Amino acid sequence: MSQKKNELRSTAPDNTVHDVGGLDFGNVDMQEHDLAFWERRVDAMIVILANNRGAFKIDAMRRVIESYGEQQYDATTYYEKWCRALRNLLVEQGVISRDELAAKLAESRETMRSASRDVSGDDVPWNEGVWNEETNNS
Amino acid sequence: MHDHHDHDLTFQADHDTGPASPYEVLEHAIRELLVEKGVLTNAEISEHIDKMATRNETLGAKVTARAWTDPEFKQRYLNDTRAALASMDIDIGDMAEYRVVENTPRIHNVIICTLCSCYPKLLLGYPPSWYKSVTYRSRTVREPRAVLQEFGVELPDGVEVRVHDSTADLRYIVLPMQPEETTDWPAEKLMAKISRDSLIGTSIPT
Repeated sequence: MSQKKNELRSTAPDNTVHDVGGLDFGNVDMQEHDLAFWERRVDAMIVILANNRGAFKIDAMRRVIESYGEQQYDATTYYEKWCRALRNLLVEQGVISRDELAAKLAESRETMRSASRDVSGDDVPWNEGVWNEETNNS
Repeated sequence: MHDHHDHDLTFQADHDTGPASPYEVLEHAIRELLVEKGVLTNAEISEHIDKMATRNETLGAKVTARAWTDPEFKQRYLNDTRAALASMDIDIGDMAEYRVVENTPRIHNVIICTLCSCYPKLLLGYPPSWYKSVTYRSRTVREPRAVLQEFGVELPDGVEVRVHDSTADLRYIVLPMQPEETTDWPAEKLMAKISRDSLIGTSIPT
């Protein structure tokens, strides 16, 4: 599917990755999906940080989401994009550091495993193209 | 329940089954760090999730039925949506303004967000998946009638279709037309006629 989307986007080479208005990605899949708990919590954290704390604006969220390339934009779900953007903004603003997060991720995996929850895959990768070590000297 | 914080979040059955994905682990880690640092609390997160559970199609139907039955409210809803919603104790927060677009015998409105997923969430709740999909986002601005047909909405040729592209700062809500045969119905009974999709414009109350 990602490959197909890239081909479709080639009809509008000047559009950025999220700017899909007027293209043709096919029929609408109308299946409803309930949000998972973790997705609701991502939503809640972002709204609290943006609305109540003024930690960042939705514009900043979008800047991070839209700075990823086509493959990653198309390969991630909606709240995966939000979750990754939340991580990047918190690190960018020095609220949390990469090292702290790496340690906590290991702890979180352990917490889940000890609660008999399987954990799949590696940590969510950093996008070094838009996100390099220099941005994380906080 | 998967971790020691989830006891605050027992608002409905747990959907998070199967192995935790890397993103679910990331959410857990970010939340733990923010709570440890005192940036936010688990109680705040639960409160927000509980609040979102009260923002849904039923609330949208309640407001719309009021607009159908109370001309003064309808004018306020169209002219100053924020104030009209506030008068029904619905706070839409500070992040965006809401604007109501009214269907008429000649105009059918559809809402969309081509760039992302902007939606009147604090009235209607989380947007449906298809609203956030690249298929709906890409095609609705180019061939709205074809997309509406997929949703089962057939519009006569004489009806103009207006597509409203929402932004982070301005989100639209459709005020559908009241079905003729319901003219004298009370608001409570009218609510059953009003679906979420009719407030997006991908359905028409009948």
